[in-house]
Amino acid sequence: MADFDITSGERDGMGPHGTKVGLLRVLGPAHVWALGVGIVLVGEYMGWNFAVGKGGAYAALIACWFAGILYTCVAMIDSEVTSTVAAAGGQYTQAKHIVGPLMAFNVGLYLVFAYTMLEAANAITAGYLISVVATMTGYTGELDQRPFIILVIMFLAWLNYRGVLATLTFNLVITAIAFAAIIMLFLSTSGILGGGIMQHAALFEGHELPYGWIGVLASMHFGLWYYLGIEGTTQAAEEVRSPARALPFGTLAGIMTLLIAATLTWYICSGVLPWEFLGDGVNGSVAPLFDTARLSGSNALIWFLGFGTLFATLASANGCINDASRAWFAMGRDKYLPAWFGAVHPKYRTPYRAIIFLVPIALIFALGAPLDQVITFSILSGLLEYTFMPLNIILFRKKWPMGSIKRGYEHPFHPLPAIVLLTLCGITFFAVFLGYGTQLVAMIGFYIVVSLWFHFRRYRYVDRGAQFTMPWPKPQGY
Amino acid sequence: METWNYIEYAAWGLSALFGLFLVVDWLKIDSTYSEDVLTSSREGELEAMTEESHKG
Repeated sequence: MADFDITSGERDGMGPHGTKVGLLRVLGPAHVWALGVGIVLVGEYMGWNFAVGKGGAYAALIACWFAGILYTCVAMIDSEVTSTVAAAGGQYTQAKHIVGPLMAFNVGLYLVFAYTMLEAANAITAGYLISVVATMTGYTGELDQRPFIILVIMFLAWLNYRGVLATLTFNLVITAIAFAAIIMLFLSTSGILGGGIMQHAALFEGHELPYGWIGVLASMHFGLWYYLGIEGTTQAAEEVRSPARALPFGTLAGIMTLLIAATLTWYICSGVLPWEFLGDGVNGSVAPLFDTARLSGSNALIWFLGFGTLFATLASANGCINDASRAWFAMGRDKYLPAWFGAVHPKYRTPYRAIIFLVPIALIFALGAPLDQVITFSILSGLLEYTFMPLNIILFRKKWPMGSIKRGYEHPFHPLPAIVLLTLCGITFFAVFLGYGTQLVAMIGFYIVVSLWFHFRRYRYVDRGAQFTMPWPKPQGY
Repeated sequence: METWNYIEYAAWGLSALFGLFLVVDWLKIDSTYSEDVLTSSREGELEAMTEESHKG
């Protein structure tokens, strides 16, 4: 048993528990980076600027950095736990091993909803962007966005179905282009390359904090946009060649990239666009980086940022399909959902039934639900997931103290990141409650109902012994 | 008809093609392989192998 290498072409994915067809271990740290940053970067291109509308430009910067601290804690905690619990399902699998089945079921649903809603939102956005391109090229009619929304979902589902390596290599290329576009816009508009057009002092004068500190608090909700989704790197855990190395490396490089991209985005846009226009993401600046490029007067920048916006949207939808399907697959494999979903394609080695099942759901939301509701449901599911993380890491360190199992990465200053994360989640819940109280209460009600269903109806079908396959020692105290 | 109208039709057509590929391949795979093979994946295989290597 000790003589063969699970990562070899001959054996990969097949091991002593009886796996005949498993997910393919082909990914490296760059793919992990592309998955995490790819899901998020669209938030730099659009969405974050609602934070400016809630509290002004400085409030958006404070939200950017506080949310940055929140997500740095998320990335560090995730890197430690997932480099140890290296299996598809990410936080769902972590919850199953560390907290318990009911928590795992809830976290699994948070993941699937957060990513499927975000995928639908991205498809809607892509359809809108294509209609803008049509207008810019002189089309005077009313473009039907539906075929483009459907094409985005169908093409990316097909790509995901055909194999994870091509899917995330595609994400790597388009995410790198979208990130390079932000860097180029910064260099071109800040005066480093050619003449600068920044007007921070003039634009901020008299509008430093237009709604005071309550505006800063309210802007925290949209501050999440800068980084929402970086925790998605964990879903690649079962498909990376070296989980202990690739997951922490890709995730931490990802959050560093996003901290740079978020700060540059704020600096570029707030220095060129008036805050009233920038902060209105519906009737004002829908895509602030693109609008800034248009004001630069450079056609090359306009095209570069136009492609950057579209690529960021596609990368996000692509990563979301990857992540939602892994979470759904993992829940099926453990019989938390029908075992039928736990199938792996024998040729492409992807969770093909989970990918196909989520296509019509994404289509229904993309074609039938308003964008703001879809986004809100995604954010709230994500926030519930972040609230689980500090509890998860505290229990993880308590049950399996340092030295009791091999960790790929050990995050520093424990339990400080967990406490900071929990505090920031509490603040963000309050901020969300201010703007979307009804949705928050409705969604918590939904999760309570499905929890009752799982406890009283579904859990009887779960093979309780078979779901814990990690070769760990018994937790301390048991 | 303008160019963008043709692009709309092309988008509908491509969407249908991708959808068709997914459904046909799904049905083909499900009828070719047994459920036992398709759902045989278990988590933690790599970790179990590492443990085996350490013991070995």
